[in-house]
Amino acid sequence: MLLAAVEYARPTSLADALAALGRSENARALAGGQTLINVMKARAAQPDLLVDLADVAELRGISESSGSLEIGAMTTYSQLMDSSDVFGTRPVLSRVAGEIADVQVRNRGTIGGNVCLSDPTNHFPPLMVSMNASFTIVGPSGERTVNAGEFFQGVYITAVEPGELLTKITIPPAQGDGFAAVTIGKDGTCIVNAAATRNGETRFAIGCVGAVPVTSLDDIDPPSDVHGSAEYRRHLAKILVDRAIAEAGG
Amino acid sequence: MNITVTVNGETYERDVDPRRLLIHFIRDDLDLTGSHVGCDTGNCGACTILYNGDAVKSCMLLAVQADGAKIETVESLSANGELDGLQQAFSDHHALQCGYCTPGMLMSAKHLLDHNASPTEGEIRKGIQGNICRCTGYVNIVEAIKAASK
Repeated sequence: MLLAAVEYARPTSLADALAALGRSENARALAGGQTLINVMKARAAQPDLLVDLADVAELRGISESSGSLEIGAMTTYSQLMDSSDVFGTRPVLSRVAGEIADVQVRNRGTIGGNVCLSDPTNHFPPLMVSMNASFTIVGPSGERTVNAGEFFQGVYITAVEPGELLTKITIPPAQGDGFAAVTIGKDGTCIVNAAATRNGETRFAIGCVGAVPVTSLDDIDPPSDVHGSAEYRRHLAKILVDRAIAEAGG
Repeated sequence: MNITVTVNGETYERDVDPRRLLIHFIRDDLDLTGSHVGCDTGNCGACTILYNGDAVKSCMLLAVQADGAKIETVESLSANGELDGLQQAFSDHHALQCGYCTPGMLMSAKHLLDHNASPTEGEIRKGIQGNICRCTGYVNIVEAIKAASK
């Protein structure tokens, strides 16, 4: 497929990446590209400048300190699967990363791209909400931190404004996590998913039943489509929340 | 944009349009037509190559992203007209019918065996999850990869 004409920049620092994004209102950050390139083929997005984040070292790396995890936005699913810091602290993150799509996609797709897309069927948004993750966002006016509850704002909409970049995700310590999903085929798109995290009390969040992860089973209004009716999704939500909470030990 | 890419051990310098997909660069600019375009939506895996050692779908990368990268395509497997062990196992086990998916299957299988020399059947099936065979010949493909493993 021939894409629409686009310019390309590959900055080597966060400052240069922000400067490049500031060059055009229609610039887009390119992380793993496992959604964006296809969206560009379909002309559903037509950025005039792609800012490739591949060489921005500040966006990479995983560190663990006293049970708290910091994950760079450009960390791939494969790196989450292989990281002893992630597997040793929050094994659910490694497991869920390994349930996304296939080997080739996991080698390119990033956790930053996953959450910044804010697709309601993605795996990580409900897990980020149950884990009470915080998101560090950097832009021309400086750095700020946004809680997962405020990060996801709508379908394909997050707290990251044009010209800004998500740099890292910080996950506070907890006593246990769980994740359960019913998917279209093995490791396919989620029909409904749910995550739970125990830290004294147990928090849960449900994906695929609203524009953003939902933290209550009351009054959920899930969509109906060929993969499941609203009633079926409501039924699944309750069961998957129970499974996630049981796995979290709550 | 000028890019420098090492493909199958040979270094190429080319001027490419940023909108050019890596698969088209490999097939049309470098004339390495072993890698196939199947779905062009990242689902089928026929365009799978090794990119700095990682299996990736080359229809979901731009050629300009590959500037400085080391790429291996299916053409890298055989040497002097001789099939390598994995290709020979595919032949011995009749692991192809129409053959369209085979270049991608081989590169995913190579990636798997590079990282896990003795995979279980479950690990083999997970390793080729991103490659679709529409002749539905998975049983023989799995047997071939098993035979090529240690």
